[in-house]
Amino acid sequence: MAVRRQNRLQPKLDAAEARLAATSLPEGGVWITEARNQALARLRTTGLPNARDEYWKYTRPDTLVQPEPVAAALYRPDEKTIFADLDRLHLTFVDGVLDVAASDPRALDGVEIQTLADAAAADIHWAREVYGVLEARGQDPVERPLAALNTAVATEGLAIRVTGKAARPIQLTYLQSAPDSDAMIHHVIRLEPGAELTVLENGPAAARLTQVIEVEVADGAAFHHIRAQGRTHERRAATHIFARLGRESAFKSFTLTANGALTRNDVVIEFTGDDALAHVAGAALGDGSDRTGFHHDDTIFITHDALNCESRQVFKKVLRNGATGVFQGKILVRKGAQKTDGYQISQALLLDGDSQFLAKPELEIYADDVACSHGSTSGAIDEDALFYLRSRGVPEGPATDLLILAFVAEAIDEIDDPAIAAALLERLESWLSRHRG
Amino acid sequence: MTALDKDSDVRDGVDRETVETVKSMGTYKYGWETEIEMEYAPKGVNEDIVRLISARNNEPDWMTEWRLQAFRRWQQMESPEWAMLKIPEIDYQDQYYYAKPVSMHEKPKSLDDVDPKLLETYAKLGIPLKEQLILAGVETGAPASAQSEGLSGIDDLAATAGTARKVAVDAVFDSVSVGTTFKKELAEAGVIFCSISEAIQDHPDLVRKYLGSVVPQSDNFFATLNSAVFSDGSFVYVPEGVRCPMELSTYFRINAENTGQFERTLIIADKGAYVSYLEGCTAPKRDIAQLHAAVVEIVILDDAEVKYSTVQNWYPGDEDGKGGIYNFVTKRADCRGARSKVMWTQVETGSAITWKYPSCLLRGEESQGEFYSIAITNNYQQADTGTKMVHLGKNSKSRIVSKGISAGKAQNTYRGLVSVHPKAQNCRNYTQCDSLLIGGDCGAHTVPYIEVKNNSSRVEHEATTSKVDDDQLFYCRSRGMDEEEAVALVVNGFCKDVLQALPMEFAMEAQQLVAISLEGSVG
Repeated sequence: MAVRRQNRLQPKLDAAEARLAATSLPEGGVWITEARNQALARLRTTGLPNARDEYWKYTRPDTLVQPEPVAAALYRPDEKTIFADLDRLHLTFVDGVLDVAASDPRALDGVEIQTLADAAAADIHWAREVYGVLEARGQDPVERPLAALNTAVATEGLAIRVTGKAARPIQLTYLQSAPDSDAMIHHVIRLEPGAELTVLENGPAAARLTQVIEVEVADGAAFHHIRAQGRTHERRAATHIFARLGRESAFKSFTLTANGALTRNDVVIEFTGDDALAHVAGAALGDGSDRTGFHHDDTIFITHDALNCESRQVFKKVLRNGATGVFQGKILVRKGAQKTDGYQISQALLLDGDSQFLAKPELEIYADDVACSHGSTSGAIDEDALFYLRSRGVPEGPATDLLILAFVAEAIDEIDDPAIAAALLERLESWLSRHRG
Repeated sequence: MTALDKDSDVRDGVDRETVETVKSMGTYKYGWETEIEMEYAPKGVNEDIVRLISARNNEPDWMTEWRLQAFRRWQQMESPEWAMLKIPEIDYQDQYYYAKPVSMHEKPKSLDDVDPKLLETYAKLGIPLKEQLILAGVETGAPASAQSEGLSGIDDLAATAGTARKVAVDAVFDSVSVGTTFKKELAEAGVIFCSISEAIQDHPDLVRKYLGSVVPQSDNFFATLNSAVFSDGSFVYVPEGVRCPMELSTYFRINAENTGQFERTLIIADKGAYVSYLEGCTAPKRDIAQLHAAVVEIVILDDAEVKYSTVQNWYPGDEDGKGGIYNFVTKRADCRGARSKVMWTQVETGSAITWKYPSCLLRGEESQGEFYSIAITNNYQQADTGTKMVHLGKNSKSRIVSKGISAGKAQNTYRGLVSVHPKAQNCRNYTQCDSLLIGGDCGAHTVPYIEVKNNSSRVEHEATTSKVDDDQLFYCRSRGMDEEEAVALVVNGFCKDVLQALPMEFAMEAQQLVAISLEGSVG
């Protein structure tokens, strides 16, 4: 038994060493050094993932793991940045590095925004209670070695502490300037009791992005996260959100993905206080005929360890021309987490015969007074609905678009802010107009 | 008129029995042991033991070689760890792989020659092996108690239910088949129903053609071990166009201590054939866990249909999780032919550990696979069970209905795969798995894998987990039921979809088992 385990582990450990050898380990920093060393130790115990890992069954991690990134052609948008019309604090990262000149001043009422480097240099800093801490908690029971790697080597990112209701959302735009850039971004966010913040993210970041966001949501606080990723770039990304939720807190995250060669989004949420809620939703639209194909993987792990919490996962995927959509969602209800309400739905609309949908919606439940359910469906556009629209004079193309929009709308409905929802819907429509079958 | 009266008496009798059974706490009805002189092969497993088993069954060389190949392969394999089961280390060298009653040394020529002790054992289990008795019982419609002491055997239930259906039985006792009933009548219809050891002698061509063709020799760790050391099991061949005139069944009884049971079942339904097959099993109460690793292979050709129903009631261990059967079973049906159909129905109430995934390879066009399952775990039982529906043929359909019930400190997992191949156009799958938790110390888990590789197919999966509904309980209690009865009733309702899929005789047995398995789980 032990021999087999070692045989499986060795290539993963070798992969981790190979990656580390090609990466410069950060120096300096005060408290952060210990956090980095611990993350390094975690990485050296698990190694980096390979195709034999249960949670990488449907997504090949090779290009995310290998020492050098696969080059990605630069993506030059011909349209203005999403959310540009919103009143927000805008910060820009280029190839994973904060571009101070291109960013707004980091001043926002009720919010302290520092760079990770500045936070790391402080002697005592609130971030030490979050950085690498939530990520480490999120390694059990499922390893997330790319996140440990990130904690060990990341130098870029923000430390955001929210003490009140943030007046404006913070938008983080990630631009890519070098075709072979390899970005490693790590944000730590703490919402103090009763605080509120919305974070908007967009852009490819780099040819390869490895990202970690750790969010501590204290009692009564609310964190909203909206991400628009993809478009026609070739980047490969592994992103992680680790969130810990206090009593009566709220966490809402929505991701719109429209194209992108390979995207793996991990969301790991832990309920530690009673009466909290977490909504995680996403819509992915993929056209596999783009040069690098389309592979999108949502991997969600929600742990209920408190009373009367509600979690909701709503994921929709629209796939065409050999695109692959993956959904791995898990609700874990620990012993004693009574009155849990856990809901999960993952649906795929396959627009042609070449695309595929691979799903593993899991429930693991150790408390009896709960209501948990999940559903998963996969199929083509409803011929009857299409016929109905066409018989009303809607041509096939627009009729199909309408049905796709209706399908995705259920995920977009999860977004509270109508202006944000409208901006995402606009992106969705433009994807449809560019990728009509 | 008198027949009618008798009928209603019988029904009342069954109801009374059900209630009484529910009331008798914490009892595993089949935990007794038959004292009978046994002969064992030496403890442990090695090539000599494999050869010995083969020699005892008087097998041809090709069979011995096949077993040895499997054994060599098995030595290089390690037991799977992916299931949500805590399996204690099993010492495969510390048990017997072959045990047979001394009285079976000379194979009995007919059931009349079988050791009365063995016949008694089966009668006590409610499985009368004497055809006359079965026929007598059926024809006179005599109540169950007149036939046997057993509460819920297959045949007496057939009688009590007032259905004059005959069931042919192959009775397997530890490593050997004791006898098979109604062989002659079946032979007249062209159906071959015998032990696999006899089939290897009498129908080597069929066995050679199909054995290992559905579950390959080294399919997985437990199936490979089975390929090497299987001692007996049942063989069914239903020829082209034949509808098997009665239900066939195998009853597995583990009796000997420290002995693993490894049986192998092979069912072939030729073009247009139909057969319904029932499987039951029990074992004595013992403190030390025992191993059971079976393989069932089903081959279904064009337009044929097989129904395979199991009521698994191996000894589950005591309230502290001591003893019980470790049940590692590989069951697979290969719907090779166009419009072929298989239906797996299982009621899993026994075993300390269940590791079992009856699967369907839907290769034929318009082939159809169904899986209905009730898995109940109580005390320290662990079950990881489900199915695989592999859609390879166009227009194939599958349906999964799984009901998991967890009580005490038990863990119950549904694990399933629905896979639709790119070329398998217009397939349809519907999966429904529901879990019920009784008490705060147990667990219920769902691990479905859904892989859809074309868009003309529709795949739907739904799962829910909840506890026994308070309102329903309150309603029952307000009608004067005690809590245990109320829970049994609610749980039976929860399982209804699956119970309805069972053949009549099994449905009644299963309903009672559902109640018994949950004893001590409330209050």
